Amino acid sequence: MRWFWIDRFVEFESGRRAVATKNIGLVEEQMDGYGPWLPLMPASLIIEGLAQTGGLLVGEHNAFQERVVLAKIGKASFHRPALAGDTLTYTVVVENIQPDGAICQGTSHIGDELHGEVDLVFAHLDDRFHGVEMFDPADFLRMLRLLRLFEVGRTDGGEPLKIPEHLLRAEQEEYAASD
Amino acid sequence: MPTKEEVFEKVQEALMDALGVDDDEVTPSATMVGDLGAESIDFLDIVFRLEKAFEIEIPRSELFPEDILTNAEYVQDGKVTPEGVAELKKRMPFADLSKFESNPVVQDFGNLLTVNDLCRYVETKVGA
Repeated sequence: MRWFWIDRFVEFESGRRAVATKNIGLVEEQMDGYGPWLPLMPASLIIEGLAQTGGLLVGEHNAFQERVVLAKIGKASFHRPALAGDTLTYTVVVENIQPDGAICQGTSHIGDELHGEVDLVFAHLDDRFHGVEMFDPADFLRMLRLLRLFEVGRTDGGEPLKIPEHLLRAEQEEYAASD
Repeated sequence: MPTKEEVFEKVQEALMDALGVDDDEVTPSATMVGDLGAESIDFLDIVFRLEKAFEIEIPRSELFPEDILTNAEYVQDGKVTPEGVAELKKRMPFADLSKFESNPVVQDFGNLLTVNDLCRYVETKVGA
């Protein structure tokens, strides 16, 4: 099982904003283990979901060539509990994106109701981490497909987002090796 | 072109947001690390916020000349050499290095930068 804390992207504008959803099921381990009397989605995992939404948004800006890590949560506030049966809609907007990283504003909604607000700082790992690979490229592309990023993704000019060549190549090499 | 007061107000706001401090803590003489509790990753956040607030670009090496402090040519026995201090002064004309110069221990450099230094740096970028 992989560390997925979003179910799918529903909107994705390159370098600007991304919207992803997370359905909360009672069957999920955190729901009956975190609050014994209340099936409550932990705020830390909501922040992780926003970080995954924003991290992929920031990573896509450089065709997933940078190694993006969540560096800091500036502030996080939650206005109501998220419970089993709720669908969380995570929206992350890029405030500033630079060679060193990016700052983003994240919100979480349940229906039309504002549920949480989180400020996120992402950093690009620099040359000191040379050789540190965070994901196998073919596996990473599989994850992006599962999240339907390229089904909804658009460039800043409104064109459908293309899968970066280096990811496609890795995927093709993996298929070829498995024959 | 913003006035010095406007620069201070925006810097203050950026620091309040990035560091979670109150406005009365962000005084001109407050040091970023010692008084406001900034950690290394906070500087990335602060730089991003200043770039956005003032619509400027802040090259990392201008505000934090790490390359000088890690250069064996400019550092001996944990202290910045006179040549290194001269290079720092050249690179950071906005910062008051007089106190650091009297005992230039590399380790202390991180706590050098004040809110006022940051404002003066921004003023050089926006021409305030």
